[in-house]
Amino acid sequence: MDKILKMVAQRLALGLLTMFVVSLIIFFAVNMLPGDVCQEILGQSQTPETVAACRRELKLDLPWYDRYFTWLVGILQGDMGRSLASQREISELIGVRLGNTLFLALVAAIMSVPVALVLGVLTALYRNSLFDRTINALTLTSISFPEFFVAYILILFLAVNWGWFPSISNISPDLSIWERIYRTSLPALTLSLVVIAHMMRMTRASIINLLASPYIEMANLKGLSRSHVIVHHALPNALAPIINVVVINLAYLVVGVVIAEVVFVYPGLGQLLVDSVSKRDIPVVQASCMIFAATYILLNLTADVLAIATNPRLMHPR
Amino acid sequence: MTATTMDSALPARPSPWASRISVAAVHFFVLVLFLQNLHADTWLAILGLVAAHLYSVIVLLYWRNLERSTAGDTVIVALTLEFMLIAIIFWDRFSLWPWSTFFGLFIVQACALLAVRFWKGLRKAPPTAWFGLVVILLYVIIAATAPIIAPFTETEIVGSEYEAWGGKFLLGTDNLGRDWLTRLIYGARNTISIAFITTCLAFFIGALGGFLSAALGGWTDQILGRVVDVLMAIPSLIFALLLLSIFKDYSVFGLTIHPMVLLVVIIAVLDSTRVFRLARAVGMNIVVMDYVEVSRLRGEGMWWVITREILPNAMPPLVAEFGLRFCFVFLFLSALSFLGLGIQPPTADWGSMVRDNATLISFGDITPLLPAMAIALLTIGVNFVVDWFLHQTSGLRDDH
Repeated sequence: MDKILKMVAQRLALGLLTMFVVSLIIFFAVNMLPGDVCQEILGQSQTPETVAACRRELKLDLPWYDRYFTWLVGILQGDMGRSLASQREISELIGVRLGNTLFLALVAAIMSVPVALVLGVLTALYRNSLFDRTINALTLTSISFPEFFVAYILILFLAVNWGWFPSISNISPDLSIWERIYRTSLPALTLSLVVIAHMMRMTRASIINLLASPYIEMANLKGLSRSHVIVHHALPNALAPIINVVVINLAYLVVGVVIAEVVFVYPGLGQLLVDSVSKRDIPVVQASCMIFAATYILLNLTADVLAIATNPRLMHPR
Repeated sequence: MTATTMDSALPARPSPWASRISVAAVHFFVLVLFLQNLHADTWLAILGLVAAHLYSVIVLLYWRNLERSTAGDTVIVALTLEFMLIAIIFWDRFSLWPWSTFFGLFIVQACALLAVRFWKGLRKAPPTAWFGLVVILLYVIIAATAPIIAPFTETEIVGSEYEAWGGKFLLGTDNLGRDWLTRLIYGARNTISIAFITTCLAFFIGALGGFLSAALGGWTDQILGRVVDVLMAIPSLIFALLLLSIFKDYSVFGLTIHPMVLLVVIIAVLDSTRVFRLARAVGMNIVVMDYVEVSRLRGEGMWWVITREILPNAMPPLVAEFGLRFCFVFLFLSALSFLGLGIQPPTADWGSMVRDNATLISFGDITPLLPAMAIALLTIGVNFVVDWFLHQTSGLRDDH
């Protein structure tokens, strides 16, 4: 058990270090810009005096480490400064949108994980059959599709031709939960289709990898049925890589929402990021990048830790 | 193996005249192509002359070293003549674009040469791989000869907005009244060539870094490895958005970076991290081999070890990775363009074409989906070919 705790602690420390470096990169990338925020804010009306006053006000005259730590502490406390474009507090802008994005990712995850696992086990069970080949071809195809293609195909059929779902998912906090889920379903479905393919292929591959091991052969020789062998002997041992791939795909879900949000005009963080990039609203870009990166690193970290924790060899050391 | 034993082992070599005559014919054709507008654009014509000579020399050299057969020669010569025949029939279009014609000819000949060279492997390829190869070939030819095939020019406004299919405009017109088919064809050229250049750059950076890391070890390995770890810790689309917003209008020594160059470099650097991982892992296995040790003892430098010892042995996984990376870059690039941050208008590009005309979809019109379909078809094709290639190279290894 000690060994596991030690490895987990190591990973956590490494994760924290990565976060720190990433925050440094995001901070300095912005500081490499020619000119500074003040010149951007004041625009045409700038004079040396106003720029100097503005710099004092935004504390830009302080040395970089001072500014960096103020910025970092601010982000940790939820204070991310003001948007250049709208002059509103960024935390206020981001708050609701982050919730929406996480909601979308959650719905997509609930839709995709069970389907992917069941399909993965089934294709491993009936591998090289017609069913397996069809599913494989379908998933390969859906991996090859650009995300916006999937999204527009869904809009074309489910929203325009058959009218089952709205093609624009404008949600607001005062909607009931079912209405929210209903309006979120198309973007969530888009994300799911992409993620299911990855997860299912990995599940299938990791189970098939195990089928060559001696203990599976033993189980087969005992005369157990194929489904019993796969569900009771192969699956528990394939759990570590499967959990790993599921969590990594969840990380992808949080990040991959950008395209889906833009297509469906979903008021999430991804759309805010894209808007801010085209407006060059750097503080917002900085803050949303930081949030995305943090989520991504955190989920990858979880994947690492779970992979260690579910490894039978580490759980029961000799 | 010496040349004489090779000769006796093979069936009689085909007549050398086939290659001589066809290279001379091609040479002559290219000369006419470039010289016909000598008056209009003298320097371009002279540049074309030089290119034609260089090309003939290269083809002759390569062809001479090829393991040849009469059938193979016939295929190459026939395909070349076919291309020239088509060019002569539609001479007024082809002659307008000498460089595109030249490039198309190059593609046809290169494909013919490669097909003959690798015919033994190709014959056993499954139908999916053939499908992929045909799709790739089609795209490459369209991309190469875009100005010749396209009915109008890239940014020309030829009609009113959103015209229907048929008539003068085969696929209608877009949101500004530009011909869809033309935009699609030019989009193939722009999107594919930029994705290809980006992938090449990513491979250059990634493979060089990975091999250096594997060959040098120690501090180099540690530093490069940690840098890549950090780069990979940030999701690439988000990172690309951050970098694009920062370096837009950024200037070095008073020169503004061209947005296309910026795009290519950013995607290549972000993508090279994946290549680095693979190249390093493969390189690590090769560096410990005896023959690398021997070459080091012989006193060869680092460059020799990387290019002559590691690279040839790391080729199969890298080639397969190239295909997958190309797909990834291609999708990434079109996603960025779709978000309005990639290839900038008025350059035709598949991602932004979908975005600009997306409103048509809510009327049940599928025209805006055509570029997306084109993207999907190409990625599927490349995936199929990579699958086959991986299967073959790993299968060969199992045999031994």
